[in-house]
Amino acid sequence: MSNTAALLEMKNITKRFGKVTALSNVNLEVKQGEVHALVGENGAGKSTLMNVLSGIYPHGSYEGDIVFDGEICHFKNIKDSEEKGIVIIHQELALVPYLSIAENMFLGNERTLKNSNNIMDWPRTYQRARELMDLVGLDEDPRTLIKDIGVGKQQLVEIAKAISKNVRLMILDEPTASLNENDSQKLLELIDRFRKEGMTSIIISHKLNEISYIANSITVIRDGSTIETLDNNNHNVSEDRIISGMVGRALTDRYPKRQSKISDEILLDVKDWCVSHPLNPSRLVNDHVSLNIHRGEVVGLAGLMGAGRTEFAKSLFGKSYGVNIHGDVTFKGKKCQFNTVQQAIDEGLAYVTEDRKGDGLVLMNPIAKNMTLANLEKISSRSVIDKDKEMVIANGLKVDLNVKCASVSQDVGNLSGGNQQKVLLAKWMFAEPDVLILDEPTRGIDVGAKYEIYCLINKLVEQGKGVLVISSELPEVLGLCDRIYVMNEGRIVAEMPRKDASQEVIMSAILRNSGKKKTTNSEE
Amino acid sequence: MNQIVDMLKRNSLLLALVVVMVLFEIAIQISGHGSMFSPQNFTNIISQNSYVIILAVGMLFCIIGCGNIDLSVGSIVALIGAVAGVIMVNNDGNVYMAIAICLLLGILIGAWHGFWIAYVRIPSFIVTLAGMMIFRGIALLVLDGLTISPFPPEYLRYFTAFIPKHRADAFTLTTIVTLILVAVYVVAVIYDRVSKLKKNYEVETFASFIFKMAIVVFALVGSGFLLANNKGIPVILVLLTVIVLFYAFLANKTVTGRRLYALGGNEKAAKLSGVNTNRLLFLAYVNMGFLSAVAALVCVARFNSAAPTAGNGYELDAIGACFIGGASAYGGVGTVGGAVIGAVFMGVLNNGMSILGIDANWQRTVKGLVLLLAVVIDVLSKKRAR
Repeated sequence: MSNTAALLEMKNITKRFGKVTALSNVNLEVKQGEVHALVGENGAGKSTLMNVLSGIYPHGSYEGDIVFDGEICHFKNIKDSEEKGIVIIHQELALVPYLSIAENMFLGNERTLKNSNNIMDWPRTYQRARELMDLVGLDEDPRTLIKDIGVGKQQLVEIAKAISKNVRLMILDEPTASLNENDSQKLLELIDRFRKEGMTSIIISHKLNEISYIANSITVIRDGSTIETLDNNNHNVSEDRIISGMVGRALTDRYPKRQSKISDEILLDVKDWCVSHPLNPSRLVNDHVSLNIHRGEVVGLAGLMGAGRTEFAKSLFGKSYGVNIHGDVTFKGKKCQFNTVQQAIDEGLAYVTEDRKGDGLVLMNPIAKNMTLANLEKISSRSVIDKDKEMVIANGLKVDLNVKCASVSQDVGNLSGGNQQKVLLAKWMFAEPDVLILDEPTRGIDVGAKYEIYCLINKLVEQGKGVLVISSELPEVLGLCDRIYVMNEGRIVAEMPRKDASQEVIMSAILRNSGKKKTTNSEE
Repeated sequence: MNQIVDMLKRNSLLLALVVVMVLFEIAIQISGHGSMFSPQNFTNIISQNSYVIILAVGMLFCIIGCGNIDLSVGSIVALIGAVAGVIMVNNDGNVYMAIAICLLLGILIGAWHGFWIAYVRIPSFIVTLAGMMIFRGIALLVLDGLTISPFPPEYLRYFTAFIPKHRADAFTLTTIVTLILVAVYVVAVIYDRVSKLKKNYEVETFASFIFKMAIVVFALVGSGFLLANNKGIPVILVLLTVIVLFYAFLANKTVTGRRLYALGGNEKAAKLSGVNTNRLLFLAYVNMGFLSAVAALVCVARFNSAAPTAGNGYELDAIGACFIGGASAYGGVGTVGGAVIGAVFMGVLNNGMSILGIDANWQRTVKGLVLLLAVVIDVLSKKRAR
């Protein structure tokens, strides 16, 4: 690249949330006319950095400077950054399903009649939409509703929308995450074509093969800091090189030690578990997944977001997700089928959800009522609840799990994330299961609370329970688990004991298997 | 003192009710219309509002479970009243058989709504709006547009009579019953407190315990005195007490009640905790149908007729009572006690304004404003608390 002028410089960006430092002195320099890749693990700070850049976190809430086109910018909101020509296309597309392609493209930026700013100029809208669609290679009628076109084409609509705003820096967050190989390839070619025409873009992706293929520079972020920026103009940076940058971190003793007491008894044995997507039954979300958990064992299920791990847990737990569920389950030595959640709980299975606010806790109810909800039988006789007994039990759990609250009559919604997570865990410990599936048990909670949760997990397996931990944080999986399964795109791609596992091994198992499978997804 | 202020804050609705009653009483006394608390008028307030209380209790369970409402209850009241009239008046049918058929019909109508809402997941607003038209239409067909009356005395006595039968015994009997109730209440709460203290469970402070007890005893004695000076205890009051106590128990003390609150608070969480949410929602509507039938039986007895226009607007009174009583339109929050107080609140407004001779159109306007005001105050006070 001969053009070396920097279009964007982010200098010493530091962003704190309360006591937690999400970004610390991050530097990012994006040159005019290049494709710049941003890589890092989940939670490394990529999204936070992009939110700072786009003004979602306004000027003043972070430290450091954003220099765009040679001038220091103070974005107060997204509108400010868009006026400068910085547009983000999020992983979750922000399109209105029941509006047409053209209407979506000009939403908030409508083409109106000359003498008015409220009356739509439909001919001009469709004309302009056509031109933009030709530019991105989208061959559809602009009157087609968004819900009627596939994800790949929706992505193109987003890009066309960005171009209509005179974009100068386009940021794509995981643009190919939900696309099949063919659509991904087309999208990458489009980005490359725009680059040749002088467009600058930042691409965030987990798919390292795509990054080595398309990016001119690669910036690696880890734990909220910039690790390095690699020059990839000759496309010669290997995936292994990127991986070692992403995960190279020494493990400290953030994980409490435990005496391993794994017995030979297999508590839960799942074979050839298949689940289809509820809205698109031709798509397999779990493809012949087999795994087992011994008594007293902590088993990790590693993988990227969207690998199908939550779907596995939910479909196993009383068929709470998916259709066409089949597979063999042996639970505590006998063949089992969990047709309802109640049945799964009765047999001794517990699923602690990753989304504690969305489908874990009843936020408007007190702590005590949340703790007992999954096992009301135990505090009632003939269906009549003994509230005094409930209070005693709730107070006991509060002490056991060190929940910090004024009283167990307090609403759960007022607690901090870490304490909410403890209440959720207490609820499922009270259900007295033999096997617990913990889905992202430490998401969004601070280091201290994390440590306490790890201690609780150790206590559970000491009592002879089996625990399956689903986590996207590799250090956590490595620090906590006795054995690790790696899941990618709905399949188990690797299984290893802890002594053989390292971040590099797991990451390469994931990344090398990405996009290899032909999806049955019938999007054109 | 702080505790009492705190308790008043928590029971602000009850406080508002007392304030409104006192204001009305002053206005009525000054304008020389007698008194709101005359024994005669007190009995009137009870029988005038019995059906709203019954419907509000049923509606509350629909509102708690996901903020669903039932718009059709007024029409169900009309239809079941009409059926009762056709059986008992036009065909001289057996009274008990008629009551049984009416209750069963109510359950069936509730099941019809519940099926669409809980299992097919059609929004409750639409299902019950359709039900409102369907059952009003069927009621008109059954009645052929005419009013059926009068009902047989052996039916009326179950809903409009007084205990005892003879007015001469009214004072003695009512006094005795009141004293027994007061004694039972006082012994029960003291026993509960002592046994909790023994087991080292959490108890409220002594001051608020006494304060609460004093208020309940005062209310019991006061109403007993007023009833004793009229014709005694209305049968309908006994029925109401049984219904309210039963449903308050169901909501507060049973697994079913707890699960209904969880369903309304967070349906996904309830499901993942093993709650059969569909069946629970279905049962809430079956129950609403059943209580609508009870309200219909009470209504035809009170008016001694089954009319095509019966039950007009009852659904709005019941929904209004729940919201005034602190239920949340999003579900998961609300108490039977609150719904009852909300219903009485509306009843007192009606009654007070009627005595003062305020125009019926103004009454409606005032009721609407009060409903809005009650919910606004509730929302604002919660915002401030945060």
